[in-house]
Amino acid sequence: MASKMVKETGRGESFLAALRAGPLLVGDGAMGTMLDEALGGTGSHTAQKIDYVVPEQLNELAPDRVLAVHRAYVTAGARMIETNSFGGNAVKLAAAGLEDDWSPNESAARLARRAAVEAGHRVWVAGSIGPTGAFLEPLGDLPFGTARGAFGVQASALAAGGADLLLVETMTDLEEARAAVLGARDTTSLPLLVTLTFEPHGRTIMGVSPEDAIAALSDLGVVAVGANCGQGPEAMLPILQRLHAARPEMPLVAQPNAGQPRLDGSRVVYDVGPRDLASVAASYAAAGVRLFGSCCGSTPAHTAALAAVFYSAPAR
Amino acid sequence: MAVLEALAEAVIAGNAPQAKTLTEQALAEGIDPGRVISDGLVLGMAEVGERFKRNDYYIPEVLLAARAMKTSLGLLQPLLGASSFEPVGTIVVGTVKGDLHDIGKNLVAMMLEGASFKVVDLGVDVSPEQFIAAVQEHKAQLIGLSALLTTTMVNMRGTIQAIEAAGLRDRVRVLVGGAPVTQRWADEIGADGFAADAASGVDVARQLLATLPGPVAA
Repeated sequence: MASKMVKETGRGESFLAALRAGPLLVGDGAMGTMLDEALGGTGSHTAQKIDYVVPEQLNELAPDRVLAVHRAYVTAGARMIETNSFGGNAVKLAAAGLEDDWSPNESAARLARRAAVEAGHRVWVAGSIGPTGAFLEPLGDLPFGTARGAFGVQASALAAGGADLLLVETMTDLEEARAAVLGARDTTSLPLLVTLTFEPHGRTIMGVSPEDAIAALSDLGVVAVGANCGQGPEAMLPILQRLHAARPEMPLVAQPNAGQPRLDGSRVVYDVGPRDLASVAASYAAAGVRLFGSCCGSTPAHTAALAAVFYSAPAR
Repeated sequence: MAVLEALAEAVIAGNAPQAKTLTEQALAEGIDPGRVISDGLVLGMAEVGERFKRNDYYIPEVLLAARAMKTSLGLLQPLLGASSFEPVGTIVVGTVKGDLHDIGKNLVAMMLEGASFKVVDLGVDVSPEQFIAAVQEHKAQLIGLSALLTTTMVNMRGTIQAIEAAGLRDRVRVLVGGAPVTQRWADEIGADGFAADAASGVDVARQLLATLPGPVAA
């Protein structure tokens, strides 16, 4: 449970209004691959190579790099940017000895908030909450209560740093998603959005169907449900359509990958470019998507392509 | 052999207590421990693999089946020295340097164990040097590389290059897997095989093993 009540931005209500009734919100793209490139790539050695175990450490070891990525997405037209806190739960932070540390998440939110307020248009800060990487009891060793508590602490730190909403993402297990939602609600009153990673066969690796997911999450009071990662934009569309058919009134979130990675000489490139991503815009909007960003391998150019579709007038 | 069929069913159903009871019964009936493994456990896990491949079973069902299998194996392994049982091959598995994800790797390790491979699991964040040392120490024929991150996949290529530099490339076969990994990626980095899921990983491991003459000499 939370050890302190934090001061939240208070923008939750206006975010909900924008999500439900405003123009479709374009979200940002990948952080991990952008940061990796900014730091010289995993396989390379540069004079600025920073030693870190988990990417959340970069919020304090290389804040200028993280801020630069946020700024690039804001400039490209993103209306929502995600904090560099994907693995910021105590279970994963333990690999770096940071499981009791408030700052990786708080500094993540502060950096995103800084980029957001600089923008000429309204930019929402989404606190990213990813999975623990562990199996919950009884399948694995992680007690539900421990997971719930860890997510609660993370949510609180993100709220303290200035997140307007929380995006629980890349979930494959419905119980873990529930732990994240309940944990976040224990400590904050921010709007909660949840996306899962589905396989091409239509369920998550843990066997969760889109219909199971949206029914359970709707009952938990989540304000938007969707899919992220796992697939490129075309492959993700049937999943979104199933979600929409199951709960037509629920706003959907979509963050597909920029396709598959491949080697181009010694560089890794992704096979879905900005134009290919933008080409699904109309079908995504028709399927009820209200927040459309991108995941692995995407760049500000992908974000700009989406912004060009949805914001034909200059951002206000 | 009714008790071994029932044991296979217990594995498929993920029923660990039942698997334990049936294993004890099989041993009490005087069945060779190696036979209990091949006709009970391996058969059961093979069916689990098939169901996983065709998306009837997902990770929870596979984990429960593996738990049942390991419960049985725990009773059998101390007795194997006296039996005719031999692993079909030795594989070193690990998640590559910089990557801490292990779900896929753990699933493959379970499925390979269930298929009578000797599995040396190096864990996560494994350097090329650690892979090479393990291959030499355990005289492994196969190396399985896992990566979940698009940013660490490149370390698969580094590992294969290190294996070449160590003069081991023609004596081991390398298979790769993980969420962002594709057959095309495997081809581009010079791997010998690719598997899209843990159960297919067993098939690929068997196929690659057949292309080698014998165990690696130290």
